[in-house]
Amino acid sequence: MANPMKIRAASKDGVTEIKILMNHEMETGQRKDSSGAVIPAWYINEVKVELAGKSVMTAEWGPSVSKNPYLAFKVKGGKAGDKVVCTWTDNKGDKRTDEAAVS
Amino acid sequence: MRAKHMKATLLAAAAVFAVGAQAQDNTTAGIEAYREALQDGNPADLYVDSGAEIWKKKAGPKDASLEKCDLGLGPGKVKGAYAQLPRYFKDTNKVQDLESRLLTCMEKLQGVDTAPIIKAGFTSPQKADLVALSAYVSSESKGMKVKVSLAHPKEKQMYDLGRRLFYYEAGQYDFACATCHGQEGKRIRLQDLPYIPSAEGAAKGWTTWPAYRVSSGQMWSMQWRINDCFRQQRFPEPIYASDVTIAISSFMAGNSNGAVMQTPGIKR
Repeated sequence: MANPMKIRAASKDGVTEIKILMNHEMETGQRKDSSGAVIPAWYINEVKVELAGKSVMTAEWGPSVSKNPYLAFKVKGGKAGDKVVCTWTDNKGDKRTDEAAVS
Repeated sequence: MRAKHMKATLLAAAAVFAVGAQAQDNTTAGIEAYREALQDGNPADLYVDSGAEIWKKKAGPKDASLEKCDLGLGPGKVKGAYAQLPRYFKDTNKVQDLESRLLTCMEKLQGVDTAPIIKAGFTSPQKADLVALSAYVSSESKGMKVKVSLAHPKEKQMYDLGRRLFYYEAGQYDFACATCHGQEGKRIRLQDLPYIPSAEGAAKGWTTWPAYRVSSGQMWSMQWRINDCFRQQRFPEPIYASDVTIAISSFMAGNSNGAVMQTPGIKR
């Protein structure tokens, strides 16, 4: 079961800045453990962000993104109280959705 | 739709280039800019949350939580407690830092046998709870001033032992903490080395640990940091939460009195 994300979003002058901190190992599949066995790849490969029910960003990720990824971006529109919903899916098919309100 | 997607990507790329350009102009300023960029969205916050849950979770043979743990300000008082540690505790008749105190609480409140936790490596699951707890407790002192008492004779003794340890040369390299941290204005590779005997230098270290290390993707507690300092000096590694580690903490904390806690920190 994946751990929750931390989402913050603030709207100013018609622009909403969304900041998302995700909780994920992001294992590349290139590393070996102490016994020499390859640690299987395990990473987020899709991120979707919605603002007030409208999709504002989708991203396809790979193993080069760091552990516990932090994603920040600005979009036009959005106002205080709007809901931000972020969903990620990883290469094992695990999913996590969290939401927050724009301040 | 697509235009918005592009804009978000471009903004992110621009931020990366801005940091890069500064690094060429001035290395130190560049590192500072990098650190500042990291401040926002510190993954240590994730450990703060899990630490807060562990704090409230019932565990051990006594099926109790740590919520009644006395970190020096009274049972269950977490706010501001970390800024006043290490300190003397009457019940144990010892000067304790956060992690040794948490072990005491686990033993007394939860009935947990802490010997295996002390022995376990820092990356082991046994230590993970303590690391998360130290992220949580330290976060509750963020923005507060370091106020470590050296009034009690045992506190003074611990501080003095810490100072002696700081200058004590040993190991196959004949190293001391002071070899790297005993002069102003030193650096190793691109890292500035704080001069720990000064108030400013001590604060640079003390007020920013525990911290999330971006290079390893690990949350490090103060004990972990100190243990690794000894390892790097080729000292025998100190026992977890032993007096040696608390003494070094007392020395650093005592020197940084009055500085503002920035915990949990973030490091390269």
